[in-house]
Amino acid sequence: DIGSEKGNLAQVRHVVLVLSGKGGVGKSTLTTELALALRHAGKKVGILDVDLCGPSIPRMLCVGRQDVHQCDAGWVPVYTDAQKSLALMSIGFLLENPDDAVVWRGPKKTALIGQFVSDVAWGELDFLLVDTPPGTSDEHLAVVENLRKHKVDGAILVTTPQAVSTGDVRREITFCKKTGLRILGIVENMSGFVCPHCSECSNIFSKGGGEELAKLSGSPFLGCIPLDPQLSTSVEEGKDFIQAFPESATFSAISHIAQAVLANIAAA
Amino acid sequence: MADVPSDAPEHCPGTSSVEAGKTSACQGCPNQRICASGAARTPDPAIEEIKQKMASVKHKILVLSGKGGVGKSTFSAQLVYGLASDTSTEVALLDVDICGPSIPKMMGLEGEQVVDYSLCSLFQYVEDNLAVMSIGFLLSSPDDAVIWRGPKKNGMIKQFLRDVDWGELDYLIVDTPPGTSDEHLSVVQYLSGAGVDGAIIITTPQELSLQDVRKEIGFCRKVKLPIIGVVENMSGFVCPKCKNTSQIFPPTTGGAEKMCSDMQLPLLGQVPLDPRIGKSCDEGRSFLSLEAESPAAAAFSSIIQSEFMCNQTVL
Repeated sequence: DIGSEKGNLAQVRHVVLVLSGKGGVGKSTLTTELALALRHAGKKVGILDVDLCGPSIPRMLCVGRQDVHQCDAGWVPVYTDAQKSLALMSIGFLLENPDDAVVWRGPKKTALIGQFVSDVAWGELDFLLVDTPPGTSDEHLAVVENLRKHKVDGAILVTTPQAVSTGDVRREITFCKKTGLRILGIVENMSGFVCPHCSECSNIFSKGGGEELAKLSGSPFLGCIPLDPQLSTSVEEGKDFIQAFPESATFSAISHIAQAVLANIAAA
Repeated sequence: MADVPSDAPEHCPGTSSVEAGKTSACQGCPNQRICASGAARTPDPAIEEIKQKMASVKHKILVLSGKGGVGKSTFSAQLVYGLASDTSTEVALLDVDICGPSIPKMMGLEGEQVVDYSLCSLFQYVEDNLAVMSIGFLLSSPDDAVIWRGPKKNGMIKQFLRDVDWGELDYLIVDTPPGTSDEHLSVVQYLSGAGVDGAIIITTPQELSLQDVRKEIGFCRKVKLPIIGVVENMSGFVCPKCKNTSQIFPPTTGGAEKMCSDMQLPLLGQVPLDPRIGKSCDEGRSFLSLEAESPAAAAFSSIIQSEFMCNQTVL
């Protein structure tokens, strides 16, 4: 019975990992915005935050200190709204004090991630997005290994335009190839800044690296997201950027990426 | 016993781990009984060996953050360029970001030929008085990924510290990956005999960065690592055309200044965003030298000058 083999992921239609080799490129921001965009498109979405040392998702979705409850099937995810359209699980909810550091070595992280993958009672979801920390280590191996029984649609790789970033993301692409993870595409984040005073565009973190990387690796290029203080503020304050700034170039960029992801998944 | 013995199962937590012998992976391992009894967890002799090796290194400083992408490697690179600008100062930069080694590129050493695979060839020289060590030098292709679990990363870090002839150094700067995990615990553990002067913590102004940095500060206090101070990076952007300042990463909760005040830590300085910083890093050149007149270079220099050149009481 496939349902019982897959357990808590049995009713999750699509699983997408958000990866980078590089820290601070906007994996959590993209995961959050993609989740919000998918929700606005009427989908039921879950986010599994496996960044155990630096869990950002609870703050980005304004879900502060929450108790995590148990049910027969395992942990009940935290919902951002009464309609239960967006479900989350993060180590952020399991810490007594949000400033407590999680100072764990690899094996302990691996064990918790195993539980996160199999013991969260997600119920019925259209999409489960998995936000990851930077690197190619315990957390990434744990997620991929624990998801083996379930079909994973693929991974979105996030980079900034700089060579220092794409250099790390190339290694992440190798990780995907070695672990058999399909690459849904590459997103270039922090792609230029338009001065709100004079509209001059500055390429603070260089330009074009994401698209070049996509060409180099034969992966789809999903799009660019500009640097936008309104996006930064929204995720800081846990506000729904998609709802607040629907006319912005940033919103348009995020929508385009969400559409491209949906198309890639449908085409598989 | 080796940290991960050759007959250990795949998910061995490491013999010196507090979970040694107790995890599900330990079931069936021939060493399980010894590990569970705690006998394997005697102080690692490497700590004393490293202390001896490091006797000729005057100052050891870690560059940390809880958060990724805030500019740890960028700061580490400018720091060593700045320190080594005095040719009588011997400086080395050790990159322990095993999965994402950025330092070779930033120091203009990408693609350096490794003569052999011994540890000594991991030392590459930027200048006569500025050496860099990174696993990046062992990777033959830019696509090579280091897909290692914690125990293997720990083993590499131990080798970096113990098996290398560091020579006479004024400063050893250690650049780290984000987080509070294997790399950080290992560096602190293995240097516990030799002693670390302290840590410089890097953040951006955002609360999303500060919330991770507070954890890193908690980690430092837990392992009794002195904190030299905090650097706030990406602190505002001045448009080159109209000269107005934008807060691209807004300090919604008061930025590093408020955090330092709350946690009673020195704020060493604030460095603004400047596209030329990223460009210099991508090109492997010293931003400090190339753009010495820029506000960002002035900010970096001021931090380096105040903490390392004049402030004798810190070190």
